[in-house]
This record gives sequence, C-alpha cells and structure tokens, in this order.
Amino acid sequence: MIYTFNLFPQQDKWKLLPAFLKVKGLVKQHIDSFNYFINVEIKSIMKANEKILSDADPNFYMKYLNIYVGMPDVEEGFNITKPISPHECRLRDMTYSAPITVDIEYTRGNQRIVRNNLPIGRMPIMLRSSNCVLNGKSPAEMAKLNECPMDPGGYFITKGSEKVILIQEQLSKNRMIVDTESGRKNVIECSVTSSTHERKSKTYVSTKKEKFYLRHNTFSEDIPVAIAFKAMGIECDQEIVQMIGSEEEVLSSIAPCLEECHRQQVYTQMQALKYIGNKVRPRRMWGGPKKTKIEEAREALHDIVLSHVPVVQWNFKLKAAYLALMVRRVILAQGNKVQADDRDYYGNKRLELAGQLLSLLFEDLFKKFNSELKRIADMTIPKPRAAQFDIVKHMRQDQITNGLVNAISTGNWSIKRFKMDRAGVTQVLSRLSYISALGMMTRISSQFEKTRKVSGPRSLQPSQWGMLCPSDTPEGEACGLVKNLALMTHITTDLDEAPIIRLAFNLGVEDIQFLSGEEMTSPQVYMVFLNGNILGVIRNYQKLVKTIRLMRRAGYINEFVSVCTNHSHKCVYISTDGGRLCRPYIIVKDCHPLVESRHIEELSQGFRSFDDFLKEGLVEYLDVNEENDCMISLYESGITKKTTHLEIEPFTILGVCAGLIPYPHHNQSPRNTYQCAMGKQAMGTIGLNQRNRIDTLLYLLCYPQAPLVKSKTIELINFDKLPAGQNATVAVMSYSGYDIEDALVLNKASLDRGFGRCLVYRKQGVTMKRYANQSFDKVMGPLIDATTNKPVWKHSALDTDGICAAAERIENRQVLVNKWMPTVTATQLQSGMAGQPTQQQSQDYREVPITYKGAEASYVEKVLISSNPEEAFLIKMLLRQTRRPEIGDKFSSRHGQKGVCGLIVPQEDMPFTDLIMNPHGYPSRMTVGKLMELLGSKAGVLDGKFHYGTAFGGDKVEDLSADLIRHGFNYLGKDYVTSGVTGEPLEAYIYFGPIYYQKLKHMVLDKMHARAKGPRAVLTRQPTEGRSRDGGLRLGEMERDCLIGYGASMLLLERLMISSDSFEVDVCGECGLLGYSGWCQYCKSSRHVSTLKMPYACKLLFQELQSMNIAPRLTLKPYNQV
Amino acid sequence: MTKGVNLLRQWIFGNFLRRLRKSPKQGALDLVNRTVHSTDFPGEYEGYDDAWDQQKFEKDFRIDMIKMSHDELEFDMVGIDAAIANAFRRILLAEVPTMAIEKVFIYNNTSIIQDEVLAHRLGLIPIKADPRLFEFRSEDDTEGTAEDTIEFQLKVKCTKNTHAKDTTDPDDLYKDHKVTTKHLKWIPVGSQGEIFKDGDLRPVHDDILIAKLRPGQEIDLRVHCVKGFGKDHAKFSPVATASYRLLPEITLLKPIKGELAKKLKKCFSPGVIEVDGKGSNKTARVANARKDTCSREVLRHDDLKDLVKLSRIRNHFIFSVESTGILPPDILVEEAIKVLMSKCRTFMNELSQAT
Repeated sequence: MIYTFNLFPQQDKWKLLPAFLKVKGLVKQHIDSFNYFINVEIKSIMKANEKILSDADPNFYMKYLNIYVGMPDVEEGFNITKPISPHECRLRDMTYSAPITVDIEYTRGNQRIVRNNLPIGRMPIMLRSSNCVLNGKSPAEMAKLNECPMDPGGYFITKGSEKVILIQEQLSKNRMIVDTESGRKNVIECSVTSSTHERKSKTYVSTKKEKFYLRHNTFSEDIPVAIAFKAMGIECDQEIVQMIGSEEEVLSSIAPCLEECHRQQVYTQMQALKYIGNKVRPRRMWGGPKKTKIEEAREALHDIVLSHVPVVQWNFKLKAAYLALMVRRVILAQGNKVQADDRDYYGNKRLELAGQLLSLLFEDLFKKFNSELKRIADMTIPKPRAAQFDIVKHMRQDQITNGLVNAISTGNWSIKRFKMDRAGVTQVLSRLSYISALGMMTRISSQFEKTRKVSGPRSLQPSQWGMLCPSDTPEGEACGLVKNLALMTHITTDLDEAPIIRLAFNLGVEDIQFLSGEEMTSPQVYMVFLNGNILGVIRNYQKLVKTIRLMRRAGYINEFVSVCTNHSHKCVYISTDGGRLCRPYIIVKDCHPLVESRHIEELSQGFRSFDDFLKEGLVEYLDVNEENDCMISLYESGITKKTTHLEIEPFTILGVCAGLIPYPHHNQSPRNTYQCAMGKQAMGTIGLNQRNRIDTLLYLLCYPQAPLVKSKTIELINFDKLPAGQNATVAVMSYSGYDIEDALVLNKASLDRGFGRCLVYRKQGVTMKRYANQSFDKVMGPLIDATTNKPVWKHSALDTDGICAAAERIENRQVLVNKWMPTVTATQLQSGMAGQPTQQQSQDYREVPITYKGAEASYVEKVLISSNPEEAFLIKMLLRQTRRPEIGDKFSSRHGQKGVCGLIVPQEDMPFTDLIMNPHGYPSRMTVGKLMELLGSKAGVLDGKFHYGTAFGGDKVEDLSADLIRHGFNYLGKDYVTSGVTGEPLEAYIYFGPIYYQKLKHMVLDKMHARAKGPRAVLTRQPTEGRSRDGGLRLGEMERDCLIGYGASMLLLERLMISSDSFEVDVCGECGLLGYSGWCQYCKSSRHVSTLKMPYACKLLFQELQSMNIAPRLTLKPYNQV
Repeated sequence: MTKGVNLLRQWIFGNFLRRLRKSPKQGALDLVNRTVHSTDFPGEYEGYDDAWDQQKFEKDFRIDMIKMSHDELEFDMVGIDAAIANAFRRILLAEVPTMAIEKVFIYNNTSIIQDEVLAHRLGLIPIKADPRLFEFRSEDDTEGTAEDTIEFQLKVKCTKNTHAKDTTDPDDLYKDHKVTTKHLKWIPVGSQGEIFKDGDLRPVHDDILIAKLRPGQEIDLRVHCVKGFGKDHAKFSPVATASYRLLPEITLLKPIKGELAKKLKKCFSPGVIEVDGKGSNKTARVANARKDTCSREVLRHDDLKDLVKLSRIRNHFIFSVESTGILPPDILVEEAIKVLMSKCRTFMNELSQAT
C-alpha cells in the first residue's frame, strides 16, 4: 500500500542541501579529518609515546605533558616570527606551516624541571582548517588576505606549490573477510588485517586437505587451528568445538582438525606452545634477554597474531573466540550456508584522509625523534661534563619538519613501523579551472594496481549508490579505480569507543569473558561487534539496535555511530571507526517524513541549521552498512509501511563534475563520463584571486559567462560565479564540409567580438643564489648599443635594473633577466690569509640570462621580487598572451561533445550564430541532454532568466516549448534560416539556439611543430624526438612498410638515411671491416678502401658488435657487377 | 552574357535609386511565386515565366519603406532575385566602410584590465564620424594625417570620494571608477579643428563601460581611428545586423468557423488572424500575414493543419537594417547601393577591356 502525504512539498527538500554543505561534505571531510588530527589525535599519539627513559641513568626521565599545533607563522630574522597568509606562501615559495610545541617535564641532574611551549618541529597546515588564518573569516577579510572566498581549501602549501593529499581507499581494518583464496579458486579463507598503533599484520584461517590452519607471516608454517586453540589455553577439545559451533555440519568439518592435533601429540598448552615456538620465524632482536621457544610462541600469539584483539593479562579467551569465529565463518561459507564476503562491497572499504595519513607519518617521526633523544641521552650522560645534561638543548626541530614537508611535497609516504612505502599520495592541486581544483579535492584513489586486468574493483558497485559519483571516473587504465565523492558524502573520523561499550553492556550485551563456547554459538543469540572486535552476545538484538538508533537520534551518542544487523552472520555490527562513508537521510516514521514544510521554512529564514535537524532527530547519517538495513524511498510517493528513510535529493548521487551537466539523465552514460574529464580542462575562471596568483600555467577566458541552463549543483558549488565557458548561439546544420568529424564552424565576427578569446599566463622564475664561497649571482643592466645608445635587441625589454619591465613585449630569444653567475662557486676564496676578499676573483662572472622561448610573443604582466626562506632573492615574472580562437582549437559543450574548429567563416556567409555544429554528432552519441539544453537556453534567453537542467528534475521540455511558442518561435526550437551565400532559404528548418560551450586548454599554438633541420641525438646522430626538443617527425615502421610496399625505394633511402643520419664510412673491400680516412688498419693498406654512405646507427652497430668480439664484415662489389 | 550585364546596368542605373527615395507607403501583396529555390535557368518551373523581361521587371519592381527611426529601417523590396537582395545584405555587413579605433597607444594602464583586452574593447566602440569624409590610411603609416585619422585621448584616474559615508556602493565610494566612452576626448589632428566642431567626432554612445578602476589606478592612452571594412574586422561593420525575410503567406483552404477560428487565431502572432462575426458564425480571416513570426504552430494541431497552407513569397523581401548609430540606416542602404554600383562598374570595365 502506498501512502502519500502532502504536508511536505517536494520542491523544497533540496534546501537542506546548502545547509548540509555549510557544515559537512565536499572538502569538509579533508578539513574535519585534519582538524581531528591536530586537535585530538596528536594528543593521543603524544600520550602513547610520552616517556623517554635512559639506559645510562635510571633517574633520568623526560615526559611530555601536552602538545599543541600553533598558528601558521614565518620566522623573519632571528627569533622574530610573524603570522603568514597562504597567498604569501604561494608567492614566495614557502611552506604554510605552524610550530608544534610541547610541554615537558624532565630531570636535569637531580632537578625536576617543567618547560612549556618548546618547539619540536613544524606542521604544514591545511587551508581552512581550525588552525588556518582563513578559519572563520568573512569574504571581505579573505579578500584582504588575497584569498578567494570560493576556494575550497583542504590542501597544503609546501614550498610554494599547492598539494592535495588524495583520499585513499582501502579494505577495512580489523574486519573478517571470507573470500576465495587469491590464486587458488574454490578454496575459501578468512582473513583479518589487524591494525593497531604499533603494528599492522594479516592473519588468515585457510583450509588445506579439509583441515583448518592458522596462517601468519611470523609462522614459517601454517599452524593447525586446534593447536592454536590449545596454545591459547583452550585445551579441551569439547570446548574448542563448542566455541566454533556444535551444529552437525560444523562438527563434521572440525573433526579432522582435532584428529590432526592428536596425531601431533599436542594435548596441553605447553605442548602446543612448543609446537608453535618451533615454527615462529626468529625476529632479530638486539639486546634483551634470550627467550625460550615457548615464550616466543606465547608472545607471537599475544602481540602479533590478531593483534587488534585485546589480550589482558594473558587471558586469551577473547582471541580464541575470535579465532573460533573465523573458523566458523570459513565452514559456513564452504557449505554455502553463508555467502562469502564481497571485497568490492563498499561497506568493507574505509577511506584514509589527510588527517589519518599525517597521523601515521607524525607518529613515526615522533617515535624517531624520541629514540634520537634517548640515544643522545644514553651517549651523553655517562661522559663527565662541566654542564649538566639538559635534554632540551638536544631537541632538534628539522627532523619532524623535514619529514612532514618532504612527504607532502613528494608524495612518498614511508612509514617504517608498518613497512608502508607508498608513492603518489599527494598531487599538485590542478588549477586549470575552478572545477578541476574542486574535482581534485573529492578524488579517491584506490590502492589497487592499475595494470591488473580485473573488472571487479573497477566496476560500479551497487553499494556505491549515493556515496560515489557514478559518472566521474577517468578513462583508460585508472578507469574505475579513481573515483569521486558524491555531493552529500561525508567521511567519518574516529570516535571514542568507551561510551558505546558501556551502552551496549547496559542494553544487555553479555560479555564474552563470562560465557562458555556453547553460549557463544547458540542459535538464539546474536553476536555483537564493535569496530571488528567481539563485544559479547545478545538475545534481543532488535531491542539493542533500536535503542542505539534512538539514542543516536536523540543526540546521546555521536551521530556517526552506525549499527546494523547481519542476519546470515547472526551478528550486530556497531562501528565508530573513521573513514566510513555516510550521507544524511530524512527519517520516516509511520509513513511520514519527519521533515515538514515548516522546518524548511525555518531553515530558509535562517532560524535553523543543519545541525538542528540532526539534533531534533529529523535527519540522520547512514553509512553504507546501515543503509543496507534500512528501507530508503527515493521520493515521497514511494513511501510504504516499511519505509524508514527518505532521500533528500536524488541529484546528490552525482559529484561536482557531473553536477555541471544539464539534463544528464537524458544522456548516454559514457558521455557524462567524458564531460567529467573535459570540464576539468575548460578555461574560464579559477578563483577570484586569479590575477594575484603567479602560477606556472594559467588559462583564463576573456569574457566568461554563467551557463543559461543551470543546475542546483552549479549554484551550490558557485560555478555560476566562477564559470568556465560561454553561451554560444549554435545552429545544428552542416556547412561547407569543414565540419566533418565533429569539427565546428566558427563565426569570424563572433571571434572579433570576443567569443572564445583567452588569456594564457606563464611563469618564469629565477633565484639569485649565494654560493658556498660567499660569491653570489647578480643581475646586470641591459647592454647598450654604442651607436644608437639604445639597448641591444636582446635586451630591449629590460629595465635599467636588468629585469624585464611590466607591460613590455617579449619576443622569442629575448632576455627576461640579465643574470650573471660567478665562474667559481665551489672552492673557497683565498680570503682567509689576507683578511680581505680578493677583488679580482669576485669579478669573474659569466652570463646566464633567462630568455623567453615561444613561437608567439608575450607581454610581461608583472614582476615579483622577493626572498624565499633560504634568504635568496626570488624573481618571478608573469608573462601573458591573449589568444583568439583559430583553426584547430578545441571546444566542447557540456555533454562530452568535443570538437575542433574546422573553419572560420565571415559573418555574412553564416546564419546569425556563433558556431555551427554538424548534426551527425547526435545520433550515435545520443546526447539528448544537449538538445534539451538548447531548448532551455533559448526559452531562457527569450524570457531573460536562467532555466534549470538539474539531474532527475529540471525544467520540463513541455514548459520550455510553451515559452518558445509564447515568443512566436517554433515549439521544436527549429527556425527558418536563409543561406548567407545564395540568399535563398535553406531546405530544412534548423535547430537553433544557445548552448554553453567550453574552450578546452588544447590549442594549436601550443602544439604546432615543424622542422627542416635541427638538433640531433648525440649517440645515434639521428634527429631528436619531441616538440620540446625541436625534434623531427618520425617516419615509423608502418609508414616505412607502406613505402616498401609501394616500391618507392629512393624516397625510402632519403627518409631513412639521407635526411636522418647519413654517414660516410671507409670500408675495406678486402677484409670488409671499417677503415679510417682511406686506410684499412687491418690490412695495413689503402688499396681496396672505398667510401660509402650508410646510416650512422648502422656504423654504430658494427662498432658495438666489434666491442663484443664479433667482426661484422661488408662484402663490396662494383655497382655494375651486382 | 551581354544580357546579364545589360540587366544590371539597366536596373541599377535606371530605377533603383529613384524608387528607393520616393516609394509609396505600402502596396498590395504580390503573390508571384511560392517556390523556394530560384531558378538557375529560366524555364525550370512549369507554367511560370521567369525569363528576363525588362518591362515586366520595371513594372513589378518596387521598394516600400515601412519603418524608419534613427538607427533602424524596415523596407520591402519586391520583385527581385534573391541574389541581388542578398548582395545588399552582404555589402551592408561587410563592405560599407566606417571609422573605428584601430591603434591604441597606452602610456599607462594600472587597472585590472589587460592592455590587449582594453584595446579590444576600445576597438569595438562605435565612433560617430562620417566615414565618407575620410580616406583609407596606408598600412605603413603610423602617424596618421587629418584626412585619415581621428584621435581620442582617454585619461582617467580613480580617486577616493572623501565625502562618502556609511556606504558600500562603489558609485559613492570612488570617483571615476567606471571608465566609459564619455571619458574619450577628441584631439584634432592637423587642421581637423577647423573642419569639425566639438561633438562632431565622438563615440555614438557615451555610456559604454570600458573598464572599472579602483582608487590609485589609472588609464592613460591615445587611440587612432581609421577607416576600414567589416570584412576585415567586425568593428568596422556599420550595422549591428542587416537581414531580410520573405513575406509570409497564409492561405485558408476552407472557411474556419467557431471555436476552431479562435484556436487558429491563437496559433499565430497577434494580428495575423482576425475573427469576424459572433457566436457560431465566427469566421477566421487572414488579416495581416506580414506580422507572423512563422512559428508553424498550426501544424501541431491535427484539426487545423489540413485547413491552412503556409508559404512565403519568394521575391518579396522584408529588409531590416539595424545601424550601430554611426550613420542613419537609409544612408547605409544608399552607400551599399553605391558599393554595388561601383563593383558593377569595375566588372564591366574589366569585361570591356578583356574583349
């Protein structure tokens, strides 16, 4: 039965979305995660490593009392600091970082000393995080700091470049996964990746010959599970069986294991430990007392195997129960009672964000810092010294600072204790357009190898619904592995477990410690898990789940605690861990969504925020696992008795890039994917501070326009304020034949008036270095021509200070900075003995000018002279080019319909349009959304308003047609067009109207390349490769085959030898070896030596063969005897 | 060949100019032909005599002025081939010369707008100057003379308004923060000061925004306007656009009465169909087909689409010329005719020299 309620007008639900985006979502997850790290996590890291003791002096100790991360600043001179803005860091190539300070208590001699606010290093600060200067600033204040208020933040600035720590996708930690063994099919195993602060390890329970084994890296051999149980103190076979399960099927499966245990004559815990002790891989342990095998085994079981399961005072009960459950899962999966887990299921994934990654790195560096201090203490204390040992003097800041900065700026994340060594964790924030920057912040990279040809991890998983954008993924090798977050996704941070444990026990969960094996596996009970650890069992699991949810909605426990039941596992899973994906839903009670129109009204009046909706229990967050436990209705009309939640807005399943597309639900799916890739290459605006930036490459549009057909997403992400494209009037017709294969025909008058006109900014930078021998670079004024008394042509753009002046025109090979460098930089000047720097040597300079290279001239926009943190002068020049579209420039609409300009036509030959698009682009691509966009824009233009093309909604074609009719246009959008050439009407009506077009960054000017003669490679003497090296155009193998097939032998000879690496060699006709200048060294004669031409590569081959003791000989004959 | 040349000569030198100047207000509709395509050869269409006939042409050809304001002109040109009508349109767009800013000498520009963009924007400003009074400037000339160059100066500096209080409106906060065409100051070149009065040479509009400034920023530049063609750059085009359409023709195949008549009326632009009579006696009639925008809305309605025939008259051109304001539209048309005449003259000279 379907109930509908009209209390809540559907159109208004979306207003929750901007409210949500104010507090969570988009890039807030990066910021939340970083905030959590610098405010909470860093303190617990400090707590875990708080004491430093010395082996040399039992009385010595140092204890951390507190740790803080300050506000970003910069050291200006000795011990003077001043706050710094992110933009200054960008311009001056500095790192945006804040000091990490600690309070410590330590002993100096016999004194106990407390010192506060000691710096131990610097932490790069994420923009817009709680410690960033931009936090809580108004747009006007941001403008003062040269910062764009629309900029998302969430990235770091290291050494002047903006770096994003990409979201990393991983399989969840501390969770059992039952799956087929990799490599062997049909063999089921259960694996757990245990992860604690100290250690990361993976434990397997696998089957071999119908017996179960415990597999782990520390054991050189697989351990039979029964022996493992006995080693954990479960000596009784009956107890083992009871723990695993006493069903008939389970019983029969375990029997062989027990049998084997008996065969090995292992009956007691000691015997078992001895057995395991022989299999433990010896760990290289320096120092410490030697351990017995039994101790080693016990410690391995205690610390390493399933390390996330706590063992208190050698009580292995919990770990044994956990192991038993793993065995049970394998048995059940073998009997197909329970489906094996799906690795690609998104509930089994966790996302690692900047905060988590940095905390791993920081803990590693902090431990290293502490061990270094300990080492120094051990070494220094025994030595007799005048001054007492003061550890504070040995605290060096650079280790932590450099460790963090280098990791972020290179992207190499190496963490010793986890043996983790990942490259490419960070990337330079792409500032091609606003969308490309925003798209990068929502990107998720998978740990999966790109080269593997498996479809599972790449394909769209149903559980990704609403969490990840179904359209935004790259094409090619990373397809499906790089994903993007949807609009409303939030990623959780770690939460405190203690209150949840207390709550669970209060709600009747029975602690596993007090239960027998029989009770654990009883069919009447459900096992309760918290973050992958067994908490206990419960009979009335419904009550538990319901109460936890009630408490969460009432705000007594955190809103990100998730609880869900798995009936096939007979388990209740409670999660509070970080990295889970979740998104908000409206709660439905008794077929009635709790959010009513009055709430929305209050929201739009500003009386309410999104958090109020959460606190009042109208809206809640569901993670992927809990979603599976709920009945979620997409629309109100779909609400039934069973419905528990209501979607806020369906278009939020798309991400930021796909959100730009008008009517994406009418397009063929791959077209939306193509547009997601192209939107990132579109030129336009990159931020309100774009003109203050000095980027290596910056593309801007002269006259950017907001799209006529908008979407809700466009408004939410401010794309209409920072647009990248222009509304071009398009005629869909064929014209001239220069429009085949998606080529576009552009109107010359439109280009004259500024359509597609763009600005290209390029950076040129120099640093004035100071060398080891106290010499330094210098800038010289321009060279003056003696006759004209004007600077020579090369220096004509230079100012008197030797740096190019702003607004000067710079042509190819002209000098931008007339820099001179000392010829001797390494050796010390012999100044020491005379006591005065020798004047002569300091005058030896050579010219190292910075010249401009480019086919087209540029203008100097601005020159920045500053100093970088190394106290060296830094000169940055921003060069500008203005380009009008030309033939070969690339354009695209927002529907994955790209094309290059094929022809530019004078306006009198054209219909009254900016561009003409060939209709053949439509049938095979099926981008109906583009047709609808045209209608929407046309109707919008006539009424002077913007229409909406929001996904799964938007203005209806019917209404748009009605608008057209009202204005006297044809309802289909087709118009009567006269040919500009003949002056007669065309035979067809033409689909005619504005479509938002993007100019893409690929322009002919940057790609054009030709070469007559030029540089050659040193080794082979063949022309170099590539445009950047002025290389030749290769006549490849296949082209060669064509010429051979055709029989053009002289052409072949010319292309492959004469125009490439032709070389004259002297060959001796007698011995067939190469000679030199008419003389054969082998025959000691010049009688038979003749000169012939061959490719240099051929000659090289001969000589290389000779060097390997192979003598290639040529047989020569006069040409008339062949 | 001779006949074709004759045609042009007769027609252009004979009637055209005279008829344009003193044409009757509005004539009856001429229903000559309804085929879309012109004939490349006479006799293509059966039952239609399209062979050239000077007398017939002179009798049928007509130009009616419909509407004229200072920058817009609508006139009908009836009884002529599409090729000729199109030639006027093309010439208006591309070949009637005007004066426009071509060279910009920037002495100082500390504004946010880039030099090239500023120059581009300046170029597109329509300059009120009669191009007929000026010569074309030779390409290697950089100085310019009084005969071929108009010079303007733009010198603006934005300052803070010290009297502004409690406001965030930039109009109040700053002085001269909007650089518009009114800031362009004419500077006489050579003897221009004697020939032209103040205000003779100026931008057409004085409220076109060129750039925005903030206190301390300034623009100081001089520009040279030269004579040029629209085909070189759109800024030289004297018209915003010049276009023509064919006169629509609506034929009611059967009498349409009652509610259907009302529906029919709704399908067309206002004033196209009128309904006479009352009650069930209502009858639709075509009042003024000219007003129709040709939306073909009737064809959507199954009950109406077979009762109406929509067509256009193939030699009745409704011209619309929108001037940029540099010259009045009627002068533009006159100029266009002169351009075509001189082209014909050149062509005939070439021909006579060739033979």
